[in-house]
Amino acid sequence: MNFEFSEEQLFIRDQARNFLSQECNLSVVRSVLDSDTSFDRELWQKVVGLGWTAMAIPESYGGLGLGYLELCVIAEELGRSLAPIPFSSSVYLATEALKSWGSEEQKQHYLPKLAAGELIGTLALSEGLGAPAVAAQVQDGALSGTKLPIPDGDVANFAIVSALGVAGEVGLYLVDLEGAGVERETLSSIDPSRSQARVIFDSAPAQPLGGGVSSADELAQLLDRAAVLLAFEQIGGCQSAMDMGIAYTRERYAFGRPVASFQAIKHKFADMYVALELARSNAYYGACALSSDAPDLPLAAATARVSATDAYYMISKENIQAHGGMGFTWEFDCHLYYRRAQLLSGLIGTQVQWKEHLATRLLKAA
Amino acid sequence: MDFQDTPELADFRQHVRTWLDANATRRTDNGHIGMEGEQANHEAKDWYKKKAEAGFACLTWPKEYGGAGLTSLHEVVWTQEVENFKTRDAQFVIGIGNCGPAILHFANEEAKRELLPRMASAEDVWCQLFSEPSAGSDVAGLRTRAELDGDNWKLNGQKIWTSGAQYSDYGVVLTRTDPTISKYRGLTLFMIDMRQSGVEVRPIKQMDGGQHFNEVFFHDAVVPDSFRLGEVGGGWNGALTVLMSERLAISGIQPTGFPQFLDLVKTLELNGKPIADDPIVRDRLATWYSQWAGLQSANKRMLTAVAKGGIAGAEASLGKLVGAVMNQEIANFVCQVLGPAGVIQDDTISPAHAHFQQTVLFSPGVRLAGGTDEVMRNIIAEQVLGLPQEPRADKGMAFQDIPTSSG
Repeated sequence: MNFEFSEEQLFIRDQARNFLSQECNLSVVRSVLDSDTSFDRELWQKVVGLGWTAMAIPESYGGLGLGYLELCVIAEELGRSLAPIPFSSSVYLATEALKSWGSEEQKQHYLPKLAAGELIGTLALSEGLGAPAVAAQVQDGALSGTKLPIPDGDVANFAIVSALGVAGEVGLYLVDLEGAGVERETLSSIDPSRSQARVIFDSAPAQPLGGGVSSADELAQLLDRAAVLLAFEQIGGCQSAMDMGIAYTRERYAFGRPVASFQAIKHKFADMYVALELARSNAYYGACALSSDAPDLPLAAATARVSATDAYYMISKENIQAHGGMGFTWEFDCHLYYRRAQLLSGLIGTQVQWKEHLATRLLKAA
Repeated sequence: MDFQDTPELADFRQHVRTWLDANATRRTDNGHIGMEGEQANHEAKDWYKKKAEAGFACLTWPKEYGGAGLTSLHEVVWTQEVENFKTRDAQFVIGIGNCGPAILHFANEEAKRELLPRMASAEDVWCQLFSEPSAGSDVAGLRTRAELDGDNWKLNGQKIWTSGAQYSDYGVVLTRTDPTISKYRGLTLFMIDMRQSGVEVRPIKQMDGGQHFNEVFFHDAVVPDSFRLGEVGGGWNGALTVLMSERLAISGIQPTGFPQFLDLVKTLELNGKPIADDPIVRDRLATWYSQWAGLQSANKRMLTAVAKGGIAGAEASLGKLVGAVMNQEIANFVCQVLGPAGVIQDDTISPAHAHFQQTVLFSPGVRLAGGTDEVMRNIIAEQVLGLPQEPRADKGMAFQDIPTSSG
């Protein structure tokens, strides 16, 4: 048993951390938050240049042929820096969907372009309030319906869309978002540093992914893999928010001593540390299960997801509290983490749904 | 990063499994195995003797001291396998887990060769004597005096919360040897023979009705200087070794109540419906599982660090803090789920042999023993996160000048 990343993986992590601390400080995040832009194109190009989008794509499709563990360490750093780029949509979701179910022709066409960052993809499941459900329909190769929210749906070049086929079965379809029959708009959200969109399909040309029909189980596997990777983004954000609060309360004095010397504050940080350690440990287990395609990946993924979502909410809100009134200002960065915690907890299903997955899988397991 | 044993550990696991199957009874559920009373004590002693004879006692200790000279990863494999069997650890965990490391580190060679093998096989039972009526979380405020008298030390004073003192042959005791200097510097650590007339043990009746802990009184109790652990005045360092070993020793076996809760959720029907279908039960199940699984994986990470030559630090406080709270919360929740009969503590009515009702009453003690929740949070905040200490009113004062509640 070995529960640590390898030297090589830790080297990739350190390089990513250095790069992002230079190229993606919080003013970069704020510039997306404060403007109408949906992501930082310059940062995206640099990330592509480093090969991160190509990491888990096989060499035969233009990728680097590395594994999920390398992607996990990158995810943690993207989460730590709150990188405002469509990485999760394009890499964890669209690329993985194509790797799993794309036909040979689709893989040949899309994967090299995803690896090279020439195309940005996303996954479109949700159709409004509530858990993702499917009403969109495909007939004679044309898809109609409304999807929202679609992460990065306003900037992606294509989407993998869930829709009902003629026989009423759910399948996944690849749709060019820049083509005919597609209208899209950016939605206002809690975290504008990562965009969300409404996309209306009106007889948009749609090609079935691979053989056509993908079962609910297969879709769940895709979301499980994404859950582990997102858990690493979440724990990266947790660490950053906690470090921020510790640095501030050590320097700020009240009643003649550092705020961080009061037990009321120290115990708050101890609780944050506990939440983060549990989440990190569950994410590591998830990474291990993901990289070895272990039979308990569904349970491990749900556990990593639930734990990371709980931790990020708790740590980001208590970081605001530890900052006092300044934590409530626009000027201080506390809200950036609080917003991102909300955004990440919404992607691929919320805590309510993942807790239910966890309970179901746990009770089924033994 | 992987789940696999190395070939050597895989062989060892197979060896352990075969031996356990031949020498112990497999568990059929996660039910509580009683650890109290004379009968349990005899069974536990027999079990320890058996495993010591087979070479499975104290796996990480050197062979000359009754151990097996193996690594902490072997110890983990053993712990994982033995969990599936009905075995009793009783009060030996404290001696082997807490006192053992301090003796290995600080005792003279002769004492180590004589005492450690008998500890490993549970021929001798050991207890740990730190806490006092006026020294709980502030354990360095203790007052039990040790005074040199020729080649011996004479001890006078009182200890409290001593687990298993009534069964113990020896103890590790922290004493004050110099009250005229600061409290941390005036302490000295000793081994003590508990079977002497100067040592009096009185059981404490706990709020749950049990008698696990004791008060221990010293009236001119005698300790030879050869039983001293470390330097005179160096007791605090030795005590920290013991306390850290304690948190490590209990981090693997800390009760969380989760396995029992999962068993209950899988099997119990109320009003003709499985409680597993209740959305509130499912929500709690998910939350507690994510914490429980987090602890298991945190333990694996800690062991990976240890196997690579690191040391287990204050991070071990995590398991104590999370497990102790979860244990109490789960017990309370189950009693609420059971309806008005949840309050009944009767084997013939209450599920799981009234485990959850017993836990409601015993769990407050687990949150206090071995360092309170609040002390754990201070340790994490100060030693792991590096936050500043609270200002202390007794800083720089001689121990004898520190204000106390009674004087």
